[in-house]
Amino acid sequence: MLLEVNNLKTEFKLKHGTVRAVDDISFTIDKGEILAIVGESGSGKSVTSLSIMGLLQKPGRIAGGEILFKSQDLNKLSQQELQKIRGNEISMIFQEPMTSLNPVWRIKDQIMENITTHMKISRKDALARTIKMLDTVGIPSPADRANDYPHQMSGGMRQRVMIAMALSCEPELLIADEPTTALDVTIQAQILELLYNMREKFNMAVLLITHDLGVVSEAADRVIVMYCGKIVEEADVKSLFKHPLHPYTVGLLNSIPQIDDDSDKRLYMIKGMVPNPLHMPPGCSFSDRCDRCMERCTKEVPELQEIDGHKVRCFLYDEGKEGELKAI
Amino acid sequence: MSEVLMDIQNLSKHFTVETNLLGKPVSVLKAVDDVSLTIDKGEAFGLVGESGCGKTTLGKILVNLYSPTSGKLFFEGKELTALNDKQRRSYCKDIQMIFQDPYASLNPRMTIGDIIAEPIIINHLLPTSKVEERVIYLLNCVGLAQHQRNRYPHEFSGGQRQRVGIARALAVEPKLIVCDEPVSALDVSIQAQVLNLLDDLKEEFGLTYLFIAHGLNVVKHISDRVGVMYLGKLMEIAPKMELYANPLHPYTQALLSAIPIINPEKKKERIILEGDVPSPIDPPSGCRFYSRCFKKQDHCKLNAPVLKEVSPEHWVACHLFGK
Repeated sequence: MLLEVNNLKTEFKLKHGTVRAVDDISFTIDKGEILAIVGESGSGKSVTSLSIMGLLQKPGRIAGGEILFKSQDLNKLSQQELQKIRGNEISMIFQEPMTSLNPVWRIKDQIMENITTHMKISRKDALARTIKMLDTVGIPSPADRANDYPHQMSGGMRQRVMIAMALSCEPELLIADEPTTALDVTIQAQILELLYNMREKFNMAVLLITHDLGVVSEAADRVIVMYCGKIVEEADVKSLFKHPLHPYTVGLLNSIPQIDDDSDKRLYMIKGMVPNPLHMPPGCSFSDRCDRCMERCTKEVPELQEIDGHKVRCFLYDEGKEGELKAI
Repeated sequence: MSEVLMDIQNLSKHFTVETNLLGKPVSVLKAVDDVSLTIDKGEAFGLVGESGCGKTTLGKILVNLYSPTSGKLFFEGKELTALNDKQRRSYCKDIQMIFQDPYASLNPRMTIGDIIAEPIIINHLLPTSKVEERVIYLLNCVGLAQHQRNRYPHEFSGGQRQRVGIARALAVEPKLIVCDEPVSALDVSIQAQVLNLLDDLKEEFGLTYLFIAHGLNVVKHISDRVGVMYLGKLMEIAPKMELYANPLHPYTQALLSAIPIINPEKKKERIILEGDVPSPIDPPSGCRFYSRCFKKQDHCKLNAPVLKEVSPEHWVACHLFGK
């Protein structure tokens, strides 16, 4: 077990009240595994990754729980101690490669900065390593392109540079926050393939954060579905797509137009919208949008329960899998 | 057969990037380059392509936000490009647009009631006393409540704002609506709501859509015919079933194979294109797709292929076909 998150709670104290963006979530990532967290905007998936990295900005704070990386609680470390792990053992790539690269530094200097911070290595060797990394992520003529500034590269190239930087110290865990969302489909396919190959090559674990179920289905080993800061379903990728249990997951899967579907039927709609985090419905947070809502759902909060290795947070499954929903 | 609503002939839009001392252009960005297509009355024509392929520029030319560099536009048989500004204006009412970003396309200082009423008032479509009634009707059409008309855009979510944008486009009873990526900024669950709404409105008001998007699954859902653009050129046009079942152009094939399928047990053969979309500034004279094509031949570099009908209604611009 590489990373173990136990009962993590992250809060934002605002003028009108406290928003619990991440509400008591627990999960683990094994060595070499790709775990995807999927959810819509406001589901708390990005806040989860920022909490793990210790990058939360005020007024956000971790209100409880522990984040164990190789049995060491990251939340209890000082900034200096965390700095030794960040970029070295855990690194992160972001959605917008343009805003996360420094526009006035050359590519090579940005990657070398990370290498020289974490390794005792001469500048010459660091440069050689930088060029090797750029080559590994598929940048043509890496020795020349290393002298470029970020604006001289295309979106796909910049994302490759981000990946090269993140992998430059051979991390054991890579957190990829919407790595392909800003890219075109043909470039997205290239980047996903690259992430997959890098995982094989360095045997690193990946925490993939995305809203795109297609990307999840292509890349992940295991999936967590989040809604309003809570995990509503967790399963390995095959059983999640074959037998989705939670009404929210089923609704999401049915509301996406399928490329291999030739019928002209209307799309399934999840009614309403994500509730305001300051005015959550009592009981299950999905109850006001759920087709299968029962009286009990509006009063009590369901617990995450496990049925044959497939976890789901819904009262429909109190008597086992009998209430199973039909998907697609 | 079906009646042609919009006929686009050899349309080009070039932007000058650099001029020499005499003011002559030396570097030109060919955003849309010699594109011809027709849109029939009552159909939804889907236009797909990656960023920078010129699909939005084409849409903006149709609603007169850009004037074309060359080429002709016929709307219901009337040549729009031959009209002067004043005459052209009277046709603007018939062709409306829905924008991608529902946050940026609504005036934050106007209530949504005023936003929807504005085009009605400007075009003198109704006496002032009737405008409010019409606004309430339009709000109901797009699934918003009438009491919401006094609120400002920031009080709404993304999906609701997109509904306001749709109501504004409908306000002048257009015949053709250019939908420029109307759902790509929205969450999946909201995306389905807006797509269904667009479907219903098309039925109810007998609308014609030019649906611009980069999501091929979304385009397949809503369109009747689909055109694929790459670097300012149309590569392939076909009825949607034909295009998705039997893509002919190598670019269309690659594009289709790049879409992730939501079924982890079905791994498909994937064509991964090398490199990025080249810059549309001073593009090469041969086929635009040459640098990334996996079926390229020597003469593709020299001669640009033209769009040819290789089977009924299926048009392809590629040297591999239609010899």
